[in-house]
Amino acid sequence: MTAEHLDGNALAGPLGEIFAVDVTSATGRCASCGLTGPVASLRVYGPDPGLVARCPGCEEVVLRLVRAPGTAWLDLRGTVSLRMNVPD
Amino acid sequence: MRRLVWRPAELVESVAETAVARTLRFRVPGWPGHLAGQHVDVRLTADDGYTAQRSYSIAAPADGDLVELTVETVPDGEVSPYLNEVMQVGDQVEIRGPVGGWFVWRTESKAPVLLVGGGSGIVPLMAMIRARRLAGSRVPFRLIYSLRDPERRYYAEELRRPDPGLDLTYLYTRSAPDGLSRPAGRIMLDDLAEGGWPASFEPDCYVCGPTAFVESAADLLLALGHAPERIRTERFGPTGG
Repeated sequence: MTAEHLDGNALAGPLGEIFAVDVTSATGRCASCGLTGPVASLRVYGPDPGLVARCPGCEEVVLRLVRAPGTAWLDLRGTVSLRMNVPD
Repeated sequence: MRRLVWRPAELVESVAETAVARTLRFRVPGWPGHLAGQHVDVRLTADDGYTAQRSYSIAAPADGDLVELTVETVPDGEVSPYLNEVMQVGDQVEIRGPVGGWFVWRTESKAPVLLVGGGSGIVPLMAMIRARRLAGSRVPFRLIYSLRDPERRYYAEELRRPDPGLDLTYLYTRSAPDGLSRPAGRIMLDDLAEGGWPASFEPDCYVCGPTAFVESAADLLLALGHAPERIRTERFGPTGG
């Protein structure tokens, strides 16, 4: 990818609209190459027309998030799993 | 768990850091507090309902309902020129947060800390330095602060004052002040070897700045033997504004 990217930290606000826990500090697993790491370390492109997060290892799309009036569309097909800390 | 909501934020103070950056202090009623390194989203709404929002790192530890940001004016930006040049004390924007739980330093942490900041990437690192001081933490900190020239320095006066346990190295990329032995230039392996900690000390490393700076600094830290899980990065994009 040659376009400038941000990282998964930039997803904190947009994902914070949807989830009650901070997803950027969750450990995710890439469906394409199996790399595991914090969501914060993903390469994020956007914000328009939507946020696209790619694996820093293989560059495949791990997560996509599109926000429109009254709706948020989250595509996680590039993610095998998300492991996050939750308070007991 | 709380829901992320937009809150009205009133500007109570605006102070110039450099010719193009200002520290803005907002009063945000109901602010839930935050950790050093977290950021906020700021939203502007025009009279016709058009909105623009940007993320900014918080520059100072939690202090009641006060939230302090340092914003660099991006020419032709949608948000920063308003915040820095138009907004007056007493005016309001909307702020939501705090957000982000990854690029965070907690005062109970005991590992030595290396902070590596490029340009305005100093902002969340300064929140960590201030949080350490406020908490009376004795965890040793080292800061490597890379910037174009001395006029670009944020928090210059505060960083000049002695802060026991905080070591500071400035790197200049375009023009260095007279008397420095290091020529102006981008961050190199030796800079991190000399200004940082040996990898065997297992420091927590926080790297923040423009994407290219963060990638090269993180690669250099890996080359010096720092474990990937001890290197936390945050990239400031060119898409800001």
